[in-house]
Amino acid sequence: MAEEIRFSKEHEWVVIKENLAIIGISDFAQKQLGDIVSIELPKIGSRFEQMQVMAIVDSIKASSDIYCPLSGEIVSVNEDLLEHPEWINQSPYEKGWIVKIKPSNINEFDSLLNREQYENLINTTK
Amino acid sequence: MQTPFYNNHLGLNAKIVDFHGWEMPLQYTGIVDEHVNVRKNVGLFDVSHMGRFKITGARALEIVQNLVTNDISKVNNCHGLYSPMCYDNGGIIDDLIIYRMTEEDFLIVVNASNRTKDLEWIRDHAQSVKIEDISNETALLALQGPYAEKVLQNLVAADLGKLKQFDVINSEILDVECLIARTGYTGEDGFEIFFNSSKIEIWDWILESGMAYNIKPAGLGARDTLRIEAGLMLYGNDMDETTTPFEVPLKWTVKLEKEFIGKKALMGKEVRRKLTGFEMMERRVARHKNEVLLDKSIIGHVTSGTFSPTLNKSIGFCFVPLEILENQIVNINIGDKLYKAKICSTRFYKRN
Repeated sequence: MAEEIRFSKEHEWVVIKENLAIIGISDFAQKQLGDIVSIELPKIGSRFEQMQVMAIVDSIKASSDIYCPLSGEIVSVNEDLLEHPEWINQSPYEKGWIVKIKPSNINEFDSLLNREQYENLINTTK
Repeated sequence: MQTPFYNNHLGLNAKIVDFHGWEMPLQYTGIVDEHVNVRKNVGLFDVSHMGRFKITGARALEIVQNLVTNDISKVNNCHGLYSPMCYDNGGIIDDLIIYRMTEEDFLIVVNASNRTKDLEWIRDHAQSVKIEDISNETALLALQGPYAEKVLQNLVAADLGKLKQFDVINSEILDVECLIARTGYTGEDGFEIFFNSSKIEIWDWILESGMAYNIKPAGLGARDTLRIEAGLMLYGNDMDETTTPFEVPLKWTVKLEKEFIGKKALMGKEVRRKLTGFEMMERRVARHKNEVLLDKSIIGHVTSGTFSPTLNKSIGFCFVPLEILENQIVNINIGDKLYKAKICSTRFYKRN
């Protein structure tokens, strides 16, 4: 992955590719949640402000909100996850991507944590 | 608090959680993986956090009979019985397994969360017998799954093939004295093994003996999903002091032809609600305390909810009014959104 990856404080990751932001949850987040058994995805065309709840994942032990790390409009959702929510555990950065959005303010990307800052964050939560 | 196997759990990279003050393994490799392995092969659980009391003496049978709703007088020696224990008002203090070793020697296993409360209640209602809390000096492991007998038989001289469900025997694992009961909380065949808490090597002996059968340690996470699939209730979630055995599927454990504490209240009490099973029709997991609605009115609440790895569906138990029938569709409020669920039996899984 040549593209720069950024993270939100709520453990979503973002990569910008061809002007679209691809979003998922981090490896740390999936490990914390444990076995993910279902996901509720947003509708294509829906709009979210930065850090609004856009999806919900259920693991066996708990339900967790997934936040939209950038403001924008949903252009694509990973519908395969409805049948294979375990992909979020198995491949959080690739097969487990959750949505693609068209960002309305690309400057927000710079406000997110870079890899080093994110690693510091999870080391303090551990 | 920690069980004698705490360091074994750490060594196996368990995720540790607090369970009523106990630092217990939630999972080792993953809840689904451990769950499936118990159904297919065999799993080892540390359940040493549960309470264990001995009641002994000439009047032990009579005293235990009075404390519990089920009839322990009809049970043979060296056999266990599941029973609620109720307050005078019929509310459930706890649900327990009573092992009758002889008429004068009983072992009672209670929920970890209720240890103190149960012991006080029993002491207050059991004169002229000896009551010992042996929880700290004993360890308790549960070996569960279709290969449990093969794994344990490697280590014990007694013929486990002769041990029927709920039977209990004194035996030895290699040279360590232990009590082996054919009981469990998973819906599979299996054993619960009691022994001196200093003999922690038994944990490793069982894991080694089970290697040929793909044994894996299993945590509280899998214990919960397994018991829900099997229709087994959990005190604190599915029943508590405000619940009577007639509201949950425990009518079979209440023997009105004998005397016991709470009988009078139970006989006079009108039953208005029942605990039943439900299957989610949408891909969400309902949780304890989620509301159950019919049309737009709240008719009950979820007591336990999880995802069933065996059925690949979200399932659970809920309280609903008596008139709600199986196959009826209700709504469950999860995070202020309504999701459809179908009412069904609490027995989601039955082994062949």
